[in-house]
Amino acid sequence: MPDVVLEARGLRKEYGELVAVDDVDLEVREGGSLAIVGESGSGKTTIAKMIVGLTAPTAGSIVACGRDRSAPSRSARERRRRGSEVQIVFQDPYSSLDPRQTAEQALDEVLRLHRGGRQGGRAARELLDLVGLDERQGRALPRALSGGQRQRIAIARALAAQPRVVILDESVAALDVSIQAQILNLLADIREETGVSYVLISHDLAVVRQITDEAIVMHRGRVVERGSTAQILDAPQDEYTQLLRASVPRPGWKPERRRRPEDQGAPA
Amino acid sequence: MSTVPTVPGLSGAARRRTRAIAGSGKVAVVCLIVIAVALLVAIIGSAVAPHDPNASNLNNSFVGPSAGHLLGFDSQGRDLFSRLLVGARTSILGPAAVVVLALIAGVLCAIVAAWRGGWVDSAISVVMDILFAFPGILLAVLAAAVFGPGLTAAALALAVAYTPYIARVLRSAAVRERAREYIAAGEVQGLSAWAICSRHLVPNVAPLIVSQGTLLFGYAMVDLAAISFIGLGVQPPQADWGVMVATGQPGVLQGYPAESLSAGLCIVAVVVAVNLLGERLSQRNEEQR
Repeated sequence: MPDVVLEARGLRKEYGELVAVDDVDLEVREGGSLAIVGESGSGKTTIAKMIVGLTAPTAGSIVACGRDRSAPSRSARERRRRGSEVQIVFQDPYSSLDPRQTAEQALDEVLRLHRGGRQGGRAARELLDLVGLDERQGRALPRALSGGQRQRIAIARALAAQPRVVILDESVAALDVSIQAQILNLLADIREETGVSYVLISHDLAVVRQITDEAIVMHRGRVVERGSTAQILDAPQDEYTQLLRASVPRPGWKPERRRRPEDQGAPA
Repeated sequence: MSTVPTVPGLSGAARRRTRAIAGSGKVAVVCLIVIAVALLVAIIGSAVAPHDPNASNLNNSFVGPSAGHLLGFDSQGRDLFSRLLVGARTSILGPAAVVVLALIAGVLCAIVAAWRGGWVDSAISVVMDILFAFPGILLAVLAAAVFGPGLTAAALALAVAYTPYIARVLRSAAVRERAREYIAAGEVQGLSAWAICSRHLVPNVAPLIVSQGTLLFGYAMVDLAAISFIGLGVQPPQADWGVMVATGQPGVLQGYPAESLSAGLCIVAVVVAVNLLGERLSQRNEEQR
């Protein structure tokens, strides 16, 4: 069985009175792919932020590549090391790139940080090639590129650090369906080529099915169901997962309109 | 620092009129020409002045323009045109120093407040709110009382007084940028706070820094001229446009307004040009966002 590259135990995050994440355990194996599913506000993104170190957990532990990262990093070397273990691709391709930096400059900055700039422009061109962008697009500023192209750059930038795990935080949610499919195919190809592991955060069950093996379902900060993606989507056990599954529009689907209390006694 | 203030001095309607004028491309070109000429004179004025600006001859007191003396003489018989040319240096470089110092302090406070947030942000806000309570002129008077009259003390006092205006506006923009995901991506990559701020955060608020700087330049020029006018800035007989407005007062009363008028017109021309250009840059900045 492949090694565990990312493990979280008893993860908890409080914002004052609000408990955003409560007692969450998760595990990602080398080359594996875990989906975190749930409605908005269920704590999915908070988990991602805790894993990459953008926010500190209130309790619990996070171990990536055998090293604890529960506490904030204290040195530049530690920050770089953590960056080369876990990376993240954000949801919004319009705000996740510096508007003043071209794709090549963005990649070059990461390459210099993590690989010392030894491979120079060749590594940047290889990364652009990996995500399907040409040299002209690599020299363009983000405002000259489409949402899908920007998200490809964000993926390339995450991969430039050669991470073992990439967190995809609703990374295709802001794209239209055809571009979503392209990006998902690209992610599957990259996983096959590089052996990177994914943590896919999504509320879109179709996306989850396409690229993940395992899944956990979150509701109000807690994990309500876990298992293989196929089992959770095809035979959900928990009531909330069943509701989530049933809420996906499908051919012939007619949503039941609930009557408002004030309409109850109104004449037809 | 909950609200975004504007540079002091203009009412809403006046500001709207200024913005309408500043929106014109031709006006911007004229402003640039006026500023370029003023800068050139500030740099080479001393070298090209036809006469010694401090050489007085009471026989020439209030003598009008002639072939060798384009603007005539002041009350002490000094060549007015030469004094205007030489006075440009302190009149232009003084406000420039004020703006540069205020920008350095303001940008530093704004970026630290936006980056650290929490109690650091609150502490900087309180300090800025306290500084807001002191008008620039009052601080300059205090500085003159402590360090003695002169341009350095006045410029330092005004820089301190202008810092909160820069800090408050920039802090709002920096907080907005700080929340964007490319900043978070830099943190996750392992970039240091200094690298993220200097390579990403500051360059992305730079247009606002430039437009605020140009707007404040006009106010600094007027305030420094006022400080020189009340005798606490540049000291006579050194030529300075503010000093010239002040020393020309007796001439105005005697029907010889050339000294006050020429220096005053130079101040107005540069201030209007810089303010209109600042408004133009602000507009462009807003349009690009």
